[in-house]
Amino acid sequence: MSIKGKAYIVGAFEHPLRKAPNHSLSQLHAEIAKGTLEDAGLTKNDIDGLFVAGDAPGGNVWSLANYMNLNQLKHIDSTDMGGTSYLLHVAHAAEAIAAGKCNVALVTLAGRPNSEGSSGTQVRERGAGVPDSPFELPYSPVTVNLYAMCAMRHMYQYGTTSEQLAWVKVAASHHAQHNPNAMLRDVVTVEQVLASPMISDPLHRMDCCVVSDGGGGVIVARPEIAKSLKRPKVKITGVGESTKHQMAGNVDLTYSGAAWTGPRAFEMAGIKPSDIKYASIYDSFTITVVMQIEDLGFCKKGEGGKFVADGNLISGQGKFPFNTDGGGLCNNHPANRGGMTKIIEAVRQLRGEAHPKVQVKNCDLALAHGTGGALGARHGSGTVIMERE
Amino acid sequence: MATPYQARKIRDPQLNPGDEAYFKAAGEGKLMLGKCKDCGKIHHYPRAICPHCFSQNLELVPAKGTGEIYTYSVTRRGPPTPYAIAYVKLDEGVSLMTNIVNCDLDTIKVGQKVKVCFVKSENGTAVPMFEPA
Repeated sequence: MSIKGKAYIVGAFEHPLRKAPNHSLSQLHAEIAKGTLEDAGLTKNDIDGLFVAGDAPGGNVWSLANYMNLNQLKHIDSTDMGGTSYLLHVAHAAEAIAAGKCNVALVTLAGRPNSEGSSGTQVRERGAGVPDSPFELPYSPVTVNLYAMCAMRHMYQYGTTSEQLAWVKVAASHHAQHNPNAMLRDVVTVEQVLASPMISDPLHRMDCCVVSDGGGGVIVARPEIAKSLKRPKVKITGVGESTKHQMAGNVDLTYSGAAWTGPRAFEMAGIKPSDIKYASIYDSFTITVVMQIEDLGFCKKGEGGKFVADGNLISGQGKFPFNTDGGGLCNNHPANRGGMTKIIEAVRQLRGEAHPKVQVKNCDLALAHGTGGALGARHGSGTVIMERE
Repeated sequence: MATPYQARKIRDPQLNPGDEAYFKAAGEGKLMLGKCKDCGKIHHYPRAICPHCFSQNLELVPAKGTGEIYTYSVTRRGPPTPYAIAYVKLDEGVSLMTNIVNCDLDTIKVGQKVKVCFVKSENGTAVPMFEPA
């Protein structure tokens, strides 16, 4: 079943805080739910679908539904695929709405890793029974070196350079200067990125995203509801999801699951990559952006480095404006999960509500893509294509 | 400038049922691979079911212990000592996550030939790592 045109994103809200030491996790989720409802012009009792991921207190829907006292729920989904969970949630919500299972689906993300001292150089344990852990954790895989290994291979195989990767950060910083809530608002140069401390070869500190508290939410609703609200209409036209791993030992770190989710989403939407006016591309690290741009078909495999260089990602300057909120690299990477903010900025662009300095003209087709987990080991991928009606 | 290899604390592998034979062989200086007696294909990490054909007729076979670095990264910030994580592609064709040890970490290269060695974790479990061949 295609969900093309069967659901709309009617609400989007990004929590303004980037450090929230005195907020509980549930308070953040609830403030986000409230902000998202207000953005849509809906009320609490309209919510009959709830979607949360592993960042929710307790890791699923139970406690949040209880905390917010949501009593009309007909569809619940606790799918967790790390940072890309929220793109999958939007897809699943559209599917649930198309199947008649709910009418108004709320998706929230929140977390406090900035207050809790989280870092991308810590080994993350995933609990007992994980089959790969005994064969990997002794080697201290951490978020940054799992992506650094992708970058190292990309450089070896395709000649990608640190300067090209740095351009991704430079572009994000150009956008973040216009976002009053962004964590890092200073415009940086390629030279500054290369001069920042080497964290894990070849990724410098400025190749890495921020660690922030906060979060965001979206509401997906059926067409009749979207048409009754007083907001610009953002229609979901194509989705794709998958997971990529180590292929039983046949490891290939040159591509991501976007190589599968992108074509599916484009086929469903009936468009091609060159039709997209604005793209939110998951930017946990600069290399993440380069690989996904290639995999989604915006340029050929191996040419991502050249594609992102020389300001091509800067809105108003380049041909491929991306992450106009400043992205995870400069604005926000709440709960160490950047998928939600990718959807939110795409919605802002389609509504014409991005900052005027970064708003893409006549932005009627946008794509949001996320990666959850680690490109260097196992990850999930989610693509959502949206159209302004 | 050089970044000499320094020994560091190696986290103990938390074994799941079925993992014992791999680590026992490592303690005897052997790197083992999973092999399916039905489809004949090898895999890593070893499993109770063939990830190629779902046969449960499996065995562990010794690898030659040589291969080349598919990719790597020297992690320099965060942990107390720098270390080199890598994927090594074995001559048998499968790749595994590992550490590169016993060399100047600044000299490591993609494509470099390496051979297996064994480093003890905190509780004395032998963990396969690689050094320049």
